[in-house]
Amino acid sequence: MDAFFLQILNGLDKGGAYALIALGLTIIFGTLGVVNFAHGALFMMGAFCAVTVKALLGLESVREDPTQMTAWGTPVEIREPYVETWFGDFGTFLLDFSVPVSILVALPIMLFIGIAMERGLIRYFYKRPHAEQILVTFGLAIVLQEIVKSIFGANPIPQPAPDVARGMIDFGVSIGFDAGNVVYPAWRLIYFLFSLAVIGAVFAFLQFTTFGMVVRAGMADRETVGLLGIDIDRRFTIVFGIAAVVAGLAGAMYTPILSPDYHMGMDFLVLSFVVVVVGGMGSLGGAVAAGFLLGVLQSFASMNEVKAILPGIDQIIIYLIAVVILLVRPRGLMGRKGVMEH
Amino acid sequence: MMSKTKLSRRGLLKGSAAAGVALATPTIFSSNVWAAGYTNEPKGSTVTLGFNVPQTGAYADEGADELRAYELAVEHINGEGDGGMLNTFSSKALQGNGVNGKKVTFVTGDTQTKSDAARASAKRMIEKDGAVMITGGSSSGVAIAVQGLCQDAGVIFMAGLTHSNDTTGKDKRANGFRHFFNTEMSGAALGPVLKNNFGTERTAYHLTADYTWGWSQEGSIKKYTEQLGWQTAAAVRTPLGAGDFSQYITPVLNSGADVLVLNHYGRDMVNSLTQAVQFGLRDKQVNGKDFAIVVPLYSRLMAQGAGENVKGIFGSTNWHWSLQDEGSKAFVKSFGQKYGFPPSQAAHTTYCQALIYADAAQRAGTFRPSGVGAALEGFDFDGLGNGPTTYRADDHQCFKDVLVVKGKENPASKFDVLEVVEVTPRAQVEYPASMLGGELGPYNDGA
Repeated sequence: MDAFFLQILNGLDKGGAYALIALGLTIIFGTLGVVNFAHGALFMMGAFCAVTVKALLGLESVREDPTQMTAWGTPVEIREPYVETWFGDFGTFLLDFSVPVSILVALPIMLFIGIAMERGLIRYFYKRPHAEQILVTFGLAIVLQEIVKSIFGANPIPQPAPDVARGMIDFGVSIGFDAGNVVYPAWRLIYFLFSLAVIGAVFAFLQFTTFGMVVRAGMADRETVGLLGIDIDRRFTIVFGIAAVVAGLAGAMYTPILSPDYHMGMDFLVLSFVVVVVGGMGSLGGAVAAGFLLGVLQSFASMNEVKAILPGIDQIIIYLIAVVILLVRPRGLMGRKGVMEH
Repeated sequence: MMSKTKLSRRGLLKGSAAAGVALATPTIFSSNVWAAGYTNEPKGSTVTLGFNVPQTGAYADEGADELRAYELAVEHINGEGDGGMLNTFSSKALQGNGVNGKKVTFVTGDTQTKSDAARASAKRMIEKDGAVMITGGSSSGVAIAVQGLCQDAGVIFMAGLTHSNDTTGKDKRANGFRHFFNTEMSGAALGPVLKNNFGTERTAYHLTADYTWGWSQEGSIKKYTEQLGWQTAAAVRTPLGAGDFSQYITPVLNSGADVLVLNHYGRDMVNSLTQAVQFGLRDKQVNGKDFAIVVPLYSRLMAQGAGENVKGIFGSTNWHWSLQDEGSKAFVKSFGQKYGFPPSQAAHTTYCQALIYADAAQRAGTFRPSGVGAALEGFDFDGLGNGPTTYRADDHQCFKDVLVVKGKENPASKFDVLEVVEVTPRAQVEYPASMLGGELGPYNDGA
């Protein structure tokens, strides 16, 4: 039972990342009608915002100590981060909290990247076939990946969570398990709550603001909204920026869970498309529900008890579910009629 | 009389089949490299070596370090720079004027850590660039694929970083030689250290990368730990490049196991180790004992990626820059002065392979694969950082001491992440060549 519960928790934090990426993909698809294969790269760019913030905060003064030599005969370098020299304890605190701090930096940067991407490239492909949109966004993803690799190298870069969130939380005691049976890493629980908060914010934005209302109207009938004198294109540009921010924040907060490298976006991209398809193209609720659902099912499929009956199921479960859903409900769990059907 | 060309259906079929066979024949069999005495026999004043390393993909950093080492080796062989380990190498055949009177030049290829790409780049270097030897790589799958190609093409293959038993076991080839150690040696070296540190009553849980090297590593560690009396709770295969391994780690928490063995390398190792530590496994107590994590194959470059998560975690490695023998010191000095940081084990093994090949060709007086091979078989040497070493004739595997290392508690710099806890003597890791199966077969000189 405790193992079962642990896998649910595990699926939820994984599902949080899937849901956030799928949410952005669905927003872009629903508003702009673009299949964005560069969305995984936006997740990766967000993660590298965190890496950059840590690198900048960690900039060090270097002085050589002539009394000590390296193994190759040069003086040993003594390094000290500037923020610690300048701000003392507050500097140490900033270094420790570099991942949460990077959220504040990632927000404007990702918004800018999203808007630049839409204005500079994507908008020229609105009226082109989906196949061409896929090719150009996939190409863009590779370009972004290679840029990141040329700057940061190919190896994963460790990105620790703040000290206070590095431990485990004995989650089980509060729901009646014995102490020590259901313990879970604090940062993963934080990530799950964070993903819920971001999802809530996006839904609230679309549901309760005038801007959101116009966007939803545009999703339903772009032409009519245009005829009413509203510049829907400009709003959609901002929507693209918001989707980039969601992916970027998801990436930045994920770095303590998965040391970022240039390829991490691609790993998530394919899964996220499956999530979108299972949830139903164009359905925001469907994307979120399918994200969590697939995360949990993937965790269950990795349990030894399940693998003993169906070896290798952990590697195909996501695709298996996609096949079943597409056979039984071709529009996905919560898909709307008319999306991608003409 | 007028001759008439009559094209029957049968004739057309025969003709098409013959043309098909001719077209399907790899160009390597019909190219003019075969016309010489042996493949790519150097006629001018230079000899070309082919460095086939991952320049893109997940192991690109390791590949870049291999390439740095090769460039350094070429400099030293041609008599430039400070000579590095040529000064400490027990064989004095090389004079610092190239090999067999020819200056060494090189071409490079990108394996991308994919077997087909690696074969294509090796083939290009042999056919187009005239490489007389291919070396490098950072994966066993790639090494085995390229080794097969070199055997067919008639050039020597000096393997880079490849740790699977199969490279010099069931997939060994006469034209292939490996300096790096293998999973069998890792198991034999780690066994006694694990016993001393963790005792004989332990239950291990394996997470294993699902490909040739992972299976080989899991088999070797299981063999040696079960000999100690350890039990194996489970051995779970994980997909290569899974990224998040947490769904495989959560079942470990309440499995009753008190040791986690991570048969992962590269990015998988960084991720699975980081996540295992995140799940509190390093500080956990099970069955009244401290939980332990073991990473059988350590790479310092990769360990840097895992940051402080490596602290206190045991593993094995082929070489480490903190070794204090004369060869290692000379190499670290030479490499560090040129590039500003110490070399990795990948750099070390590839540097050694380049030097050993050049030396063998010099001693043989030829670059002919069978000649170089004969000079390498049973070759005893010292001064290259691993103590007295032998290239065993039976399987073309080097036998030398193996290092057992541990993640350092208080690193002095970002390169200083591992400490050597034991140098396992060579005698302890030796095994009969027949144990791992396979046949070397005859040399292929390509003529």
